[in-house]
Amino acid sequence: MTPAVKLAVVRDDARAAQAASDAWAASEAAREPLAAREVDRHRVRLVVIGAAPRLERFAALPELLRRGDLVVVNDAATLPASLPGRTEDGRGFELRLSGPIDAGRLFGVLLGAGDHRTRTELRGAPPPVAAGERVTVAGLPATVASAAGRRVELVVRADADALWQALYAAGAPVQYAHRPAPLALWSVQTGYAGRPWAAEMPSAGRPLTWDTMLGLTRAGVALASLTHAAGLSSTGDEGLDRALPWPERYEIPRRTVAAIAEARGRGGRVIAVGTSVVRALEAAAEHGELRAGSGTATVRLDASYRPRVVAGLVSGLHVPGESHFELLSAFAPVDQLRAGLALAAAHRLSSHELGDACLIVPA
Amino acid sequence: MNIQGQGALVTGASRGLGRALAEQLAARGARVALVAREVGPLRDTVAQIRARGGDAHAVIGDIADKTAIHAIAGQAQGLIGEIAIAIHNASTLGPTPLRLLLDTECEDLAAVLETNLVGPFRLTKVLAGAMAIRGAGVIVHISSDAAVEPYPRWGAYAVSKAAQDHLSRILAAELDGTGVRVLAVDPGEMDTVMHADAIPDADRASLAAPAAVAAKIVQMIEDGARAPSGARLVAARWEATP
Repeated sequence: MTPAVKLAVVRDDARAAQAASDAWAASEAAREPLAAREVDRHRVRLVVIGAAPRLERFAALPELLRRGDLVVVNDAATLPASLPGRTEDGRGFELRLSGPIDAGRLFGVLLGAGDHRTRTELRGAPPPVAAGERVTVAGLPATVASAAGRRVELVVRADADALWQALYAAGAPVQYAHRPAPLALWSVQTGYAGRPWAAEMPSAGRPLTWDTMLGLTRAGVALASLTHAAGLSSTGDEGLDRALPWPERYEIPRRTVAAIAEARGRGGRVIAVGTSVVRALEAAAEHGELRAGSGTATVRLDASYRPRVVAGLVSGLHVPGESHFELLSAFAPVDQLRAGLALAAAHRLSSHELGDACLIVPA
Repeated sequence: MNIQGQGALVTGASRGLGRALAEQLAARGARVALVAREVGPLRDTVAQIRARGGDAHAVIGDIADKTAIHAIAGQAQGLIGEIAIAIHNASTLGPTPLRLLLDTECEDLAAVLETNLVGPFRLTKVLAGAMAIRGAGVIVHISSDAAVEPYPRWGAYAVSKAAQDHLSRILAAELDGTGVRVLAVDPGEMDTVMHADAIPDADRASLAAPAAVAAKIVQMIEDGARAPSGARLVAARWEATP
């Protein structure tokens, strides 16, 4: 889930992205930028990227793939990762979880005064905390285990049942200034969400309705899942943001590894739903053969990356300058992506994380 | 389905049939999330299951509350991981002593439907997707013979249970081929607080023990051949697996 506020951000360390961004600014589409509005998940549209991009309904996905293909989704549910807290001397902060809860350990970043309606980078600095300090989070007592700037690890002093109860009672989904109205927890879940591991919604799968999922199965396209702890897309700290995405935990079931082997064996393509699925699968194949089990994804995917497992993907619409665009450019030439975005703009598609989508599949 | 090692969620788990189901699933090696509204009885039940070596967690929540559903599912999966078994056991009679349907306030009928029909529907919507993609799951709706027989004075409850039976059948039809089984089970008359609320002067000796009924429901979960998806099973007619 990449906030629309990042559309204008250009990574100075990514020359390819810069060039693409310049081309984008010069293109006709830039004069009619992609809208950033929420789209009904039953009415999402899909740009099929290719030599000649075309516009489809997302619900037509079963017809756009081939019998024998395998669609892999990220079944991580989205945490209520924005939690209120205060220091022992009463200074308030917001803790944004950056990943899954590990026993009583919370990992995340602290934000200062204000709330999501203020752009993250304009929020006040959080109160400084140090290792060993006692704080309160979601109403529970906690100890700072480590702190590096605003990045912290806290240990909550409560049993697991009380911790999870407090998280869901006090927490809210992480959200950004471009969407001021409070997000309900259900509006950031996919239809197949399981364990709450994601700090932000793995949103590419939002338009996968039951009708589409069952339609894929009827069309001979298999479905499989993994769990990937999609992290924060913004921390409010420029230095920390440059290093995003941070290492993210994933778990790939044996049945999914088997399904991938079967799909390849019959000549099918592995289609990832969302960049988090790409990251998990490519990380798990980093040292050769794809392995089941859990791990931590540290791979950074950009235009130069050559995917080993994933052949194509379904994604939200991302424009040059976004890290997700760099990842898409590992799967399609930048000029094809630009042509797809121009088509999206001409038809007023939405680049919102709860917006429209694109499909990249090899011919 | 082999229950050992599976994640199971049981609503209305602090007493009666729900409690017996949670105890037996835990005894068979499932990780169990017990859902109920009242903190005290729920924590007591969880503590007793743990004392016997079971893996059990308390999730406090009201199934009738739309805003609680994702919190219930999220807490449960945060605590026990993937859920393969969901038992919709929580239910309400509506106002007691039971009234004629004709004397039932519209708001009371709506409230009964929220707890007994809409709540389970919402929770299934949240849990069934992950089950289907993993290719395995069992969803059980606790029904009643009041869903079939038009007893006067049981109207609000009976209407909700009849609708829940059909909800169960339609979900089974839509989930056909996914590996997710959907069952409705009439547990029969049991010696529970709910039964006493409905029929205070019943002869308790004539009522089944919740533990005996729970044992049969656990077998139904295990035995996909005898309890196929879409079935409405009557506990009293279920022959115990040897």
